[in-house]
Amino acid sequence: MKVVVCIKQVPDTKGGVSFNPDGTLNRAAMLAIMNPDDKAGLEAALRLKDQYGAEVTVLTMGLPKAADVLREALAMGADKAVLVTDRVLGGADTWATSTTIAGALRNLEYDLIITGRQAIDGDTAQVGPQIAEHLGLPVISYAQDIKVEGDKVIVERLYDDRYHVLEAQMPCLITALAELNEPRYMTPGGIFDAVNAEITTWGRADLKDVEDGNLGLNGSPTKIAKASDKVRKGAGEKVTPDSPDEAVSYIIGKLDEKHVI
Amino acid sequence: MDFSLSKEHEMVRTLFKEFAEKEVKPLAQEIDEQHRFPRETVDKMAKYGFMGIPVPKEYGGQGCDTLAYAMCVEELSKVCGTTGVIVSAHTSLCIDPILTFGSEEQKQKYVVPLAKGEKLGAFGLTEPGAGTDAQGQQTKAVLDGDEWVLNGSKCFITNGKEADVYVIFAVTGKVEKRGRIMKEISAFIVEKGTPGFTFGTKENKMGICASSTYELIFTDCRIPKENLLGQQGKGFNIAMHTLDGGRIGIASQALGLAEGALETTINYVKERKQFGKAIGQFQNTQFQLADMATKVEAAKLLVYKAARKKDEYKKDPKVSYSVEAAMAKLCAAEVAMEVTTKCVQLHGGYGYIKEYDVERMMRDAKITEIYEGTSEVQRMVISAALLK
Amino acid sequence: MNMTPEAIAEYKGVYVFAQQVDHTVGSIAYELLGKARDLAAPLNTEVVAVLIGSGVKDLADSLAEYGADKVIVVDDPELKEYRTEPYAHALASVINKYKPEIMLVGATAIGRDLGPTVSARVATGLTADCTVLEIGDFPLVPIPGKENEQLHNQLLMTRPAFGGNTIATIACPYNRPQMATVRPGVMQKIEPKKGAKAVVEEFNPGFTPNNRYVTIKEVVKAVKDTVDIMDAKILVSGGRGVGSPENFKLLEDLAEAIGGTVSCSRAVVDAGWKPKDLQVGQTGKTVRPNVYFAIGISGAIQHVAGMEESDIIIAINKDEDAPIFDVADYGVVGDLNKILPQLTEQVKAARAAKKN
Repeated sequence: MKVVVCIKQVPDTKGGVSFNPDGTLNRAAMLAIMNPDDKAGLEAALRLKDQYGAEVTVLTMGLPKAADVLREALAMGADKAVLVTDRVLGGADTWATSTTIAGALRNLEYDLIITGRQAIDGDTAQVGPQIAEHLGLPVISYAQDIKVEGDKVIVERLYDDRYHVLEAQMPCLITALAELNEPRYMTPGGIFDAVNAEITTWGRADLKDVEDGNLGLNGSPTKIAKASDKVRKGAGEKVTPDSPDEAVSYIIGKLDEKHVI
Repeated sequence: MDFSLSKEHEMVRTLFKEFAEKEVKPLAQEIDEQHRFPRETVDKMAKYGFMGIPVPKEYGGQGCDTLAYAMCVEELSKVCGTTGVIVSAHTSLCIDPILTFGSEEQKQKYVVPLAKGEKLGAFGLTEPGAGTDAQGQQTKAVLDGDEWVLNGSKCFITNGKEADVYVIFAVTGKVEKRGRIMKEISAFIVEKGTPGFTFGTKENKMGICASSTYELIFTDCRIPKENLLGQQGKGFNIAMHTLDGGRIGIASQALGLAEGALETTINYVKERKQFGKAIGQFQNTQFQLADMATKVEAAKLLVYKAARKKDEYKKDPKVSYSVEAAMAKLCAAEVAMEVTTKCVQLHGGYGYIKEYDVERMMRDAKITEIYEGTSEVQRMVISAALLK
Repeated sequence: MNMTPEAIAEYKGVYVFAQQVDHTVGSIAYELLGKARDLAAPLNTEVVAVLIGSGVKDLADSLAEYGADKVIVVDDPELKEYRTEPYAHALASVINKYKPEIMLVGATAIGRDLGPTVSARVATGLTADCTVLEIGDFPLVPIPGKENEQLHNQLLMTRPAFGGNTIATIACPYNRPQMATVRPGVMQKIEPKKGAKAVVEEFNPGFTPNNRYVTIKEVVKAVKDTVDIMDAKILVSGGRGVGSPENFKLLEDLAEAIGGTVSCSRAVVDAGWKPKDLQVGQTGKTVRPNVYFAIGISGAIQHVAGMEESDIIIAINKDEDAPIFDVADYGVVGDLNKILPQLTEQVKAARAAKKN
């Protein structure tokens, strides 16, 4: 059984968000990490490796430094790594990104493709289902449990108020939720091996059955009209009462004034 | 002179830090108060290979170097000194002598499960009457047919009751050396559960409270002849060699304690307000932080250098890392004690309360100046090298 | 991949995917219809709801009450439960046949699966999790010397990114339809027009199961014993500063007294004090209650992203520098343990006095 996991390197938006003196986001100062949903997808694949001896390949698209997350994946136990990087692929929206990744996946053998549900930088949740669409595969998003039976996968698919137990014919694509599992740590020995491991690097020329017009910034149907750091609502009043009594009177006064009570 | 870390060392640092924050830190206060050995943490560390970091893969280890191992002990100790010493005693004091002096059979039988973390290791040299002075040993081993018979006791043994495999030193005879009659000391591998091998009192310690520190008692304890480690009579050399390596582990523990206390304190002084401003804005605080950070950095360079030197030794046994290890331990232990004490002071009254980590770190730090060779012993080792 | 201006000109109307589950139309469908009306006005076009399911035709009138001029119903036994493939086929077929200018889908667990699949199938762009939709020009300001290249009447889709730290306005100028998913709870429904009747058009593109159809082996409905915090008018929300799970009793008492619901920050969920479905914020739920009490919540940017649209924000925190005070309408620096019990008593007293 062969599993390909698509992963993305993202800035860590949790906790340590850093701003430049002019108020813009300081991306350079933010730690680059493996996207959490993708990491859960990788863990799911590694469990298939533990259980069924699946071969796990990790694939990412990004700048050359995105190789770092591939090495992390190798140190966790993935078998092979592919980096798709090319200047002409830059500025891609989800359409162009999914087109690119589908073009790379056409070169690989797979029974199962796993992606994260969404990346914490874009939060779109689009690339997984779009890859499946480009490859003509069944897609199961929001997976919270994955089992393999013969040539079928049995997946618990989460909705807002329920879950469905779905069965799909492989090959298929699954998008994983961070809640799916607790990803394993790397091992020290895994790290020492991963640093020297070979990473397959592909550029535009290696993408299969993909038109130039569907790649990069020009191949992206969505265009950014404006991007800015979020303007927050201004601060209101702030009081430092001398006693709890005073604090309570203040709040009650405001609730009364606004007809809440 | 290259002071930058390689890619693999940066990555293992990230790993150890994340593991320590998520798995070790949440337990640190609780296990200290309850004097409870963190078995669950040891099991997790075993799963991820932390119990055999500098051990070759063919013996069940991770195939990493001494620096990666030192960084592991350092990062664990930043959040919990006890967890740091569990790994250090297991790796440096039990696995290392078997790996270095053991036969192939001994390595397969003992190092493989130890490095995989299926078994835990300990080291018994110290006796009630013999600490720094190894010649004061009273424990005896007598060959009787195909078995060695051990009698005596060992004290202050880290991982004492929790370990499965023990490297034990005992007197096997007398030799004449430069006209003096000296005790002949040999090393043995003893398994838990061997008849005649029992545990005495559990020590009630000032710090590293969750570490299992016990007295080991041997009463006509019979072990197979093949459990002699190395050559008969080479026990003193094996012990000294092992302690050289152990000192790198303890130096890493001390370094971690100092770094952990400093990091905690930096956060604290940014938040704690007195006279209307954060105490970090007072020059006294600032200068103390500056001095502490400088000393911690110096200690770190010595510790990493000693680890590097041990890796050179592994490639070329003519290299000695004894002096580097002694300097690293001397410096890191004294820095740990000084820094944790000052950090408690900067915390004021809160620093004296158990809810604040620096209180525990200060108690934990003290032992680093004492075990695996006191600071005085380190000075003897260093000065002896200077004056020879 | 761009379409020609002539091809683009064929696309008309603002379409809404009217999500129904178990024969119940989701609130999100009505919210999208409300927004669709706003967008249709300057475009001088119609609002169309696309209703997909099995035996759902009778739901069409409710969609008319909330603003649909027309309802296209795709009704087929294959569509009984949501599955990606038959639903994507249904919606993509509607798009190919009717050529909508704008296609809105709720950013629900269904819509965030359906939207991307359909957008890839019909080869257009999709903007996810929009919080603001408006009609405007692209580029926003004409490029000097290229004034005649500026496009008008474009859908401008604004969404947060980078965990709520940045916002981006996106257009899809050269492809149709312009597709967006919209977070539930963000858009406003209109006041329903009672008795409104929909113009219903039935359409069935035909459904032939293929490899992409998955089999539903089981449907497990989660039993919900908690109130959905997105529906609450008053939220009493606690953060790590509450101190312990037991101490949430103080918040529960206040919530009960004032007729509100307890919610919490991510730190509280991470600590295991409260379940995930009570979490407000970027990785939790977006709420906009009338009153939001932020108690012992420092105000991390991820949290603020999920509650800043609340009408009134009241913060209680002992740290006077807590960032929550930067968004609070009324901030009180003080000890929640001392303030809350008294506040609860006085709220009870005030409400009792009003009753009499």
